[in-house]
Amino acid sequence: MASIFSKSTDTYIRIGVLAAALGAGAAIALGFYLANPQVRETGYAPLQPVEYSHKLHAGDLGMDCRYCHSSVEQAAYAAIPATEVCMNCHVRVKGDSPLLQLVRESYATGQPIPWVKVHSLPDYVYFNHQAHVAAGVGCVSCHGRVDQMIVVKQVEPLSMAWCLDCHRNPAPKIRPADQVTNMAWQPDRDPVEIGRQIVESKGIAPPVNCSGCHR
Amino acid sequence: MSLVQISDSTPKPLETGRRYWRSLEELAGTPQFRRWVEREFPRGASELLSSSSRRTLLKLMAASFGLAGLVACRRPQEKILPLSKGVEHYIPGKPLYYATAMNLAGSVTGLVVEAHDGRPTKIEGNPRHPESLGACSAFAQASVLSLYDPDRSRVVLRQGRPSSWEEFARFAADHFRAEVLGRGSGLWLVAGSQPSPSYEAVRNHLLGRFPEARWVEFEPISREAMRRGAELAFDRRLETLYDFGKARLIVAFDADFLGVDSPGVRAIREFSRGRAVVSETDSMSRLYVAESRFSITGAMADHRFRIRSSEMANAVEALASALGLMPAHSGNFPWAAAVARDLAAHRGASLVLAGPGQPPEVHALVHLINEALGNFGHTVSFVAAERAPGEASFEELAAALASGRVQTLVVLDSNPVFAAPADFDFAANFSRAATTIHLGLEADETGSAATWHLPQAHYLESWGDLRTLDGTVSIQQPLIYPLYDGRTPAELLALLSGYKDQRAYDIVRNYWTARWPAQEAERRWRRALHDGLIEGTGAARLVPAVDRRRVLAAWRPRPAAGGIELVFYASPSVWDGRFANNGWLQEAPEPMTKLTWDNAALISPATAKKLGVTSGDVVLIEHEGRSAEAPVWILPGQTDDSIAVALGYGRTVCGRVGRRVGHNVYPLRTSRTAGFAVGVNVRPAGRRYRLVSAQDHHAMEGRPLVREATLRYWREHPDFAQHAVHVPELKSLYPEHQYTEGYQWGMAIDLNRCVGCNACILACQAENNIPIVGKREVARGREMHWLRVDRYFTGDEEAPEAVFQPVACMHCEKAPCENVCPVVATVHSPEGLNEMAYNRCVGTRYCSNNCPYKVRRFNFLDWHKGLEESQKLVFNPDVTVRMRGVMEKCTFCVQRIEEKRIQAKAEGRRPLRDGEILTACQQTCPAEAIVFGNINDPASRVALIKKQNRNYVMLEELNVRPRTSYLARIRNPNPELV
Amino acid sequence: MADLAIREPFELNAPLIEGRRSYSEITSDVARVVESRPPRFWYIALAVSGALTLVFFAVLTHLVRTGIGIWGNNQPVGWAWDITNFVFWIGIGHAGTLISAILFLFRQRWRTSINRAAEAMTIFAVMCAGIFPLLHTGRPWRAYWLFPVPNQDLVLWQNFRSPLMWDVFAVSTYFTVSLLFWYVGMIPDLATLRDRATTRLRQIVYGVLSLGWRGSARHWNHYEKAYLILAGLSTPLVLSVHSIVSFDFAVSILPGWHATIFPPYFVAGAIFSGFAMVIFLMIIARKVYRLEHLITMTHMDNMCKILLATGTIVGYAYAVEFFTAFFSGNPYERYVFVNRVTGPYAWAVWTMFACNVFAPQLFWFKMFRRNIAVMFAVSIIVNVGMWFERFNIIVTSLHRDFLPSSWGHFTPTIYDVLTFAGSVGLFLTLFLLFLRFLPVIAISEVKGVVPSPGQGKGGH
Repeated sequence: MASIFSKSTDTYIRIGVLAAALGAGAAIALGFYLANPQVRETGYAPLQPVEYSHKLHAGDLGMDCRYCHSSVEQAAYAAIPATEVCMNCHVRVKGDSPLLQLVRESYATGQPIPWVKVHSLPDYVYFNHQAHVAAGVGCVSCHGRVDQMIVVKQVEPLSMAWCLDCHRNPAPKIRPADQVTNMAWQPDRDPVEIGRQIVESKGIAPPVNCSGCHR
Repeated sequence: MSLVQISDSTPKPLETGRRYWRSLEELAGTPQFRRWVEREFPRGASELLSSSSRRTLLKLMAASFGLAGLVACRRPQEKILPLSKGVEHYIPGKPLYYATAMNLAGSVTGLVVEAHDGRPTKIEGNPRHPESLGACSAFAQASVLSLYDPDRSRVVLRQGRPSSWEEFARFAADHFRAEVLGRGSGLWLVAGSQPSPSYEAVRNHLLGRFPEARWVEFEPISREAMRRGAELAFDRRLETLYDFGKARLIVAFDADFLGVDSPGVRAIREFSRGRAVVSETDSMSRLYVAESRFSITGAMADHRFRIRSSEMANAVEALASALGLMPAHSGNFPWAAAVARDLAAHRGASLVLAGPGQPPEVHALVHLINEALGNFGHTVSFVAAERAPGEASFEELAAALASGRVQTLVVLDSNPVFAAPADFDFAANFSRAATTIHLGLEADETGSAATWHLPQAHYLESWGDLRTLDGTVSIQQPLIYPLYDGRTPAELLALLSGYKDQRAYDIVRNYWTARWPAQEAERRWRRALHDGLIEGTGAARLVPAVDRRRVLAAWRPRPAAGGIELVFYASPSVWDGRFANNGWLQEAPEPMTKLTWDNAALISPATAKKLGVTSGDVVLIEHEGRSAEAPVWILPGQTDDSIAVALGYGRTVCGRVGRRVGHNVYPLRTSRTAGFAVGVNVRPAGRRYRLVSAQDHHAMEGRPLVREATLRYWREHPDFAQHAVHVPELKSLYPEHQYTEGYQWGMAIDLNRCVGCNACILACQAENNIPIVGKREVARGREMHWLRVDRYFTGDEEAPEAVFQPVACMHCEKAPCENVCPVVATVHSPEGLNEMAYNRCVGTRYCSNNCPYKVRRFNFLDWHKGLEESQKLVFNPDVTVRMRGVMEKCTFCVQRIEEKRIQAKAEGRRPLRDGEILTACQQTCPAEAIVFGNINDPASRVALIKKQNRNYVMLEELNVRPRTSYLARIRNPNPELV
Repeated sequence: MADLAIREPFELNAPLIEGRRSYSEITSDVARVVESRPPRFWYIALAVSGALTLVFFAVLTHLVRTGIGIWGNNQPVGWAWDITNFVFWIGIGHAGTLISAILFLFRQRWRTSINRAAEAMTIFAVMCAGIFPLLHTGRPWRAYWLFPVPNQDLVLWQNFRSPLMWDVFAVSTYFTVSLLFWYVGMIPDLATLRDRATTRLRQIVYGVLSLGWRGSARHWNHYEKAYLILAGLSTPLVLSVHSIVSFDFAVSILPGWHATIFPPYFVAGAIFSGFAMVIFLMIIARKVYRLEHLITMTHMDNMCKILLATGTIVGYAYAVEFFTAFFSGNPYERYVFVNRVTGPYAWAVWTMFACNVFAPQLFWFKMFRRNIAVMFAVSIIVNVGMWFERFNIIVTSLHRDFLPSSWGHFTPTIYDVLTFAGSVGLFLTLFLLFLRFLPVIAISEVKGVVPSPGQGKGGH
């Protein structure tokens, strides 16, 4: 009996198969794009309970990072400051600003301020600020120009590949100890050259094995 | 290898599962909890279930796929809650260390406790403390888990109903008045042994207010027999102190001084130093052990004599007469003469001791022997032991209770209803006292029967002071504010007696500062807190003379009693029952039997044949009309016709971990048979019971795993350890790693020092967040201990010798696990560590199959499922808590290595010092058997040890090049006796 | 080794098809199976196997949600029934490729009646096998890390030194090639079904599946080329796949696994179990669909001979294993083998010997080679035996290795049993569906071996 497929069916089927293949390819590509930490992680800038501006404090007023994040040189964590620290100045400066309402309450009641975490690593990663600061890695290398951020935003992917880039070749990110907290460091010489000298003089050899970060 | 048969127990399916997680489900039947148990991935799963989020999900689906993807990818908001006001010395994320002390049945150990952000997580010994010397016991290691035990009693109970401290305070104020109690003739206080000056001061104040009140010290496992022995010998109440370090020759009669008969760690430390040998020319001490139960002390013995506890007195008598201290002895103890000669040859440097289970006369006779051998003042010394004013014996209390003369009974940190001698019917008479007040960590058998139960503060929550036997006093400082509103015994007594200070801190601080010149007080107080002990304390050592006539007069010859004897001993896991709810200890294998989650009636193979029973058969044990059941476990080396059974199991009113675990044999134990009962009647109950041993096979199959020799053989063949196995010229297909650079970590374990005390296992568990899996899973062979202590029997099945071998990951340079992992989850570090990246592991288990030492542990299930918040506080934040489905194993405590490395970098990138990094097992090891360090540095301790001729590598012929090596075991038998 | 078995002199002059049949009769005989309503037996069988399949997926769900702990696996027995089943199914798969590829290249024309079904069986067996390596992992949702796909960070790759990696490649290649081979071979018959189709739906479905086949000389020419090439491609796979599966064990250092004889030993075993399964399925198929004249006693006879040959090879391999163990003088190796025959699992080992070595010896006698009942029994026995072979290799080697302290015991749980039974259910379900909807016998090829008129295709 008569065939039910016209000659052109072949062509349609071929085209269909081709289209399906392309579509699948595109979907996979999109998947990888979205899964890429560079895309997934960066740009996270949650609103904070207190409208605290790093631009104002660290930038315009030029306060040193370590004034608030005091434990950065002694501990794994760069501690978020206690309310006390805010009040050291704000009892005098803008003592009655409505923006500081929550801060004053916290200081009075002892209730902590629920800051929102911006830079967050998985539980199985053991990052240590002390080690990096001691080696001379600038704050800016991982946190970006915080001194220009009104609302702090994550600018680096903080992914394993990104970490390893620097651990395999630290020189470009290493600077003199006194410049670590300097956001706008512009040496007169080639910074990579300076970094290389420091790496040699300090004998910096960042771990690239698993237990360097995973324990 | 006649041992194969008896030990080859092939598991059969379990009977009704009393399994840890199963019993967890019994807890608070709250719906939240059940939901929590059921849900597999805590956070996410419930998210999708709640209706609101289902709506959001639909929204997302409505949106384009890619967008939904993006939204789904957004991370959940995490909060950081900094303190409102800073705290002195506190840096977030930096651990702090405090000195404190722990008391276990009157034996005190000084500790240094690590606290992370206000939570004590890890306990170490205090190097300054004479009873610790830097080490601590398995009990101390595990005590931190008890602190966070959610089953601890949380509220004051009156008649079992929730009440409050305020209500109790009101009650006490109107009850503890002269008008009510008069001179206190009806007031009795029972307390666990707590040697604490300030506490005693408060106690004496109370007893001063009620002069006729009686004070009773009750410990189910006590040194009372030894004190009585001293009283008999010296007509004075004295504590006997031994110095095992000075003793070149030790004779122990039924004394497990390396194990449960001295719960501290000093004995092990001193003994193992006496055993330490570097080269074959060194001398080492010699240990004779006469015992009924095969103890770890017996395993260390150079000569072990299997003698029933009930005949031990005759053995001591035989030795005494061989030394000419007593008329000639007829008993059949062929070794006595030789031992006597050996002792005589070591005058002043020998030590004879008897166990706390032996009667006072035996201890008195032992004093006589030691005096005659000139050991007093050298290896044996004494300190005075005071009685409390109006102190009465437990027997008197029982009598008073029975006759209804007790109106008010206060029980402090003790559980007499569970543990009292059976002949006193204490449990039955307990309620005859009108008012009973119980202060304890848990509402246990006593607490639930008392009119008032008061939650006690854990020692890590308490201020106080503790005195060691030799009088050294440590300040006990809290690591954390009481979690469950508990109070210390001193605080309760202060409340009852209206003592001038009410808070524990004031009580202890004012007690001491009052004794110091005012201008010095502050400094000395701070010093005491910092050092963990108070300078200038420490009682005078006495060297009294033995009243020979009294001793010999009290001595009556014992005819060798027939029949089967029953020997009671403290469980190395739950002690007298107080640690029953501590999962770490319950799961720690008993050193000799390797049994977990149970006690058993230990009998020799011959006795088993005689009784027609085998391991797992339940027997009914009867004595003087009392009876109890227990499952049999055949232990080679156990004395014939002697049954040993651990106390403290079979708790009925207990938390979810320890309830009805094991079998309770207190009902068989009377005031006269505290140590052992003779002539018990044993018959099979016709039931079987599943006992679970962490080691199914107990013979070495002729494989040179543990290598040992006698001192003489070693001197003749200095390199016997290396030549135990033929190692052909070995080549590897893979390129050789270069291990010449930088730090190269390695470990050496001295089998001549290890006494198998389990402290390392518990230390590892606490340091590395190792979960417990419960009896059923251990039966399946799924225990998670990264470090295990293998115990092998060698020689004759009836009278074998036993050896211990701690085994953890060997960190092979050519690790077989590494090249078979398909996802590179386990790889080698440049410093020779075999690393395990949990977050990369997919769990094929191939690495474990290919590990010749079988040290890898797999998370077959989610062992952390259903943990309560308080239980999470014990985790060490420096170590990942592993999820189910991933492999794990010993890391050489890499977190400690990295911590010190970072510290060294911060301190101007100085090199790491040898001994700066201690692994958890090494730090706590009382025997100093484990040494870790940089083998690349020829001057490091570990490198030097690995150069010794006793050094060997297990399974060397496999060419996997382990970084952990062992030092062969040396025994030092008496040539006369071999 | 395999071809030794195949070169045995078969009675080639005996007719491969019984009775004088015209091409059209053959066509209708085969097509009838697909076109007529299936017999009651088919529905009953499908109900049973379908139920088992549901159980299978239920258990697997439970497994993924709860963890490997629901099985009996433990320390030291990290692998047990999971990998046993994997190797078992992979082995089953072998006969298919062997029959289609190697017998084709060696011009063994008697294969034509059975190759289609055997290839189908291969595909389904490999599907069952593939499930286990993925779901035996502790974190199946991460199992994709076993495949060399760039992961989130593009920095983590696989360990190409691990035999498990080789496995991933071997099995996936094997599956792909077998699938193509099977499908290409079916195209002319699908076209036949299309042309005979009476309903529109069948016309469309078979029409699409037959990819516009018109049976022109050009088509046949391409078809023959493609078929020959695929046959050439899959021939090495027959040997490679199971050799590589055997590396999972041979490459380790475990006594009882670490043996050089494993690759040939595994391949022989695989063909052995594969043919047993073919016999099993064929006996049912020819009975139920009355195809005795197409799948004749000659076919059965020949397959029995192969069973006998491979079974004997397997027996030889066992012997060599024991010999090397003792000859090596390696105490650990020796212990493992002593333990196998005397230890707690001795019963399993002796079952294996009985089933794999002794049972096939019946086929030395023609009367057994021509007795359907005996064949049926032996084919089942052999498959049981081959499952136990894998169990013994895996579990008895693992449960007692180097350190007696870590010796253990494996006891299966109900979930182990259900998982295996479920995989059998899945296999049978797929096969029954195949019987129902696809040509169970290669019509065009069978026509090639009909005595007269003239040998057409099949080639000289």
